[in-house]
Amino acid sequence: MNGLHHLIVLPILLPLVTAAVLIPVDERNRTTKGVIGFVSTMLVFLAGVVLMRAAATSQDGASVYLLGNWPAPFGIVLVLDRLSALMLVLTSVLALATQAFSMSKWHRMGHHFHSLFQLMLAGLNGAFLTGDLFNLFVFFEMMLAASYGLLLHGSGPLRVKAGLHYIAVNLAASSLFLIGVSMIYGATGTLNMADLALRIGTIGPESRMLMEAGAALLGIAFLVKAGMWPLGFWLPAAYSAATPPVAAIFAILTKVGVYILLRLSLLLFGSDAGNSAGFGQPVLLYGGLLTIGFGAIGVLASQAMGRLAGYCVLVSSGTLMAAIGLGNGAVIGGALFYLVSSTLTICAFFLLIELVERARDAGADVLAVTMEAYGDIDENEEEKEEGVAVPGTMAVLGLCFSACAILLSGLPPLSGFLAKFAMLHGLFNPGSFGGAAPVSGAEWTYTALLILSGLAAMVAMNRVGIRTFWTSIEGTIPRVFLIEIAPVVMLLAVCAFLSLQAGSAMRYMDATAKALSEPQNYIGRVMSAPRAGPTGGE
Amino acid sequence: MELVLAAGIGVLTASGVWLLFRPRTYQVIIGLSLLSYAVNLFIFGMGRLRVNAPPLLEPGGTGGLLTHTDPIPQALVLTAIVIGFAMTALFLVVLLASRGFTGTDHVDGRE
Repeated sequence: MNGLHHLIVLPILLPLVTAAVLIPVDERNRTTKGVIGFVSTMLVFLAGVVLMRAAATSQDGASVYLLGNWPAPFGIVLVLDRLSALMLVLTSVLALATQAFSMSKWHRMGHHFHSLFQLMLAGLNGAFLTGDLFNLFVFFEMMLAASYGLLLHGSGPLRVKAGLHYIAVNLAASSLFLIGVSMIYGATGTLNMADLALRIGTIGPESRMLMEAGAALLGIAFLVKAGMWPLGFWLPAAYSAATPPVAAIFAILTKVGVYILLRLSLLLFGSDAGNSAGFGQPVLLYGGLLTIGFGAIGVLASQAMGRLAGYCVLVSSGTLMAAIGLGNGAVIGGALFYLVSSTLTICAFFLLIELVERARDAGADVLAVTMEAYGDIDENEEEKEEGVAVPGTMAVLGLCFSACAILLSGLPPLSGFLAKFAMLHGLFNPGSFGGAAPVSGAEWTYTALLILSGLAAMVAMNRVGIRTFWTSIEGTIPRVFLIEIAPVVMLLAVCAFLSLQAGSAMRYMDATAKALSEPQNYIGRVMSAPRAGPTGGE
Repeated sequence: MELVLAAGIGVLTASGVWLLFRPRTYQVIIGLSLLSYAVNLFIFGMGRLRVNAPPLLEPGGTGGLLTHTDPIPQALVLTAIVIGFAMTALFLVVLLASRGFTGTDHVDGRE
């Protein structure tokens, strides 16, 4: 029980405490609030990096933290393995970028931006760390409640309308989540994921039906969150209505759904699940394929860049769902790489959109509407923006835009290409994950859709790019500040770094996929987790 | 008792879903509330229905499924009620904001 062990709980506690500390601070000291929030996120990021290194070097895979020191299947556990460490680091990278971006002006458009932001981070980190289904629900609700507030940040009729739909959809999905969890509890008598995985193989046929119905309902709740067609209709509207930093951090919210689907389908319905092995995989596979198709059509049809980015989110989660549905460990390794790369790209793209559109009339309109709704309080503050204006604005923006286009369409040399290549390579060379079965029709469809969706993204990005950068009628150059462009450049630089270090990154992802497809290790670690302090003494 | 509970959950869910699909925001929020009542009763039911069986142990006593009921679903229901209540309150605020902005209670903000 050393200090490193207690670090596991830090990514949940620190944002919670920071959020509480920030609430009473007066709204006029927004910059101070932002800096405190940024420092807290920075600490969480450093903790995430340390935890990720620990997870990568330890042989047994998962380290388990018993909350309240109750023994494993009865108390609530936090489990840190390679996958959750990866998600923690990814979340805090996105959070750092969006927080820095918001400090230019967006955090002035409403109250308590930084507190809500920290609460959402606490919910996200908790959802990634928890090893218990009901605790997952609690963290999920925490994350969603904060996301409602963030979506409404800046107010205005458009956002309130989008927020109304978003909240209604998510509340209905939460009801399904609860029904699913309670059915699983009714059938198996446990909510601990590891204990559940042990019991699923041995339950009788009458309980099995109840358990599978529960798992299906739970799955629907996560698929709504991940945006599977036809459950993802709400997503582009909500994401394009949100303020840019909020939309950018929302890029990780769909990935929470994907993360849990990945975690649960491999843990609960692996080869040890008896008659339930592989449950739900066809739904994920075909649903994912349909989502890619729908998203690609949406990408082509979008006029506004905000909607285009929203459909890119759909394509990305469709690709990941189908990769999980294929049930091939080698593809999952590539899919994890894709998850990181595409989330970073979409986040950068959401931030970039606002900077690019600032020069255009359409963007100015939206801004005017939101300003009008918020009132004229900050008008005199508007002139003294923090930071320095960037020289050669159009060149920098154009370069960032091209990098986004290359990453989204999956062209070499950046990480978008490497991710897709890794997935396809895994598809045709299962390698250490089983024999070389003939490639099925669904797998061919997946290959085709993966490449065609890249083409669709390229066509759409080319069209938008030409319209914005080459044939812009107004010819006004947007005023962009260093604090706004630096996060975008940072996110894209992380993608470039991933491309340069693709070898070691892929080794990490493959080891993660391997650990996920052999859940016995995870289960063993959770069930035999040692209690702290003198054992046996009450 | 089983029949009454099952019928109650069924009626609440059916009314909740029907109201959820109505075009007025007030109907939607009532629908969501009914749905959450149904869900809470359902969670309770998943701990199996028992009469005269407490979920708590006497100090020093030993428990068993013959004399005690399963306490976990009851704890879950409590959490679910609190979260559901908070979410309903939040939704109510958004509903009023939408009414203020658009002047109508239609979910799309226009008739």
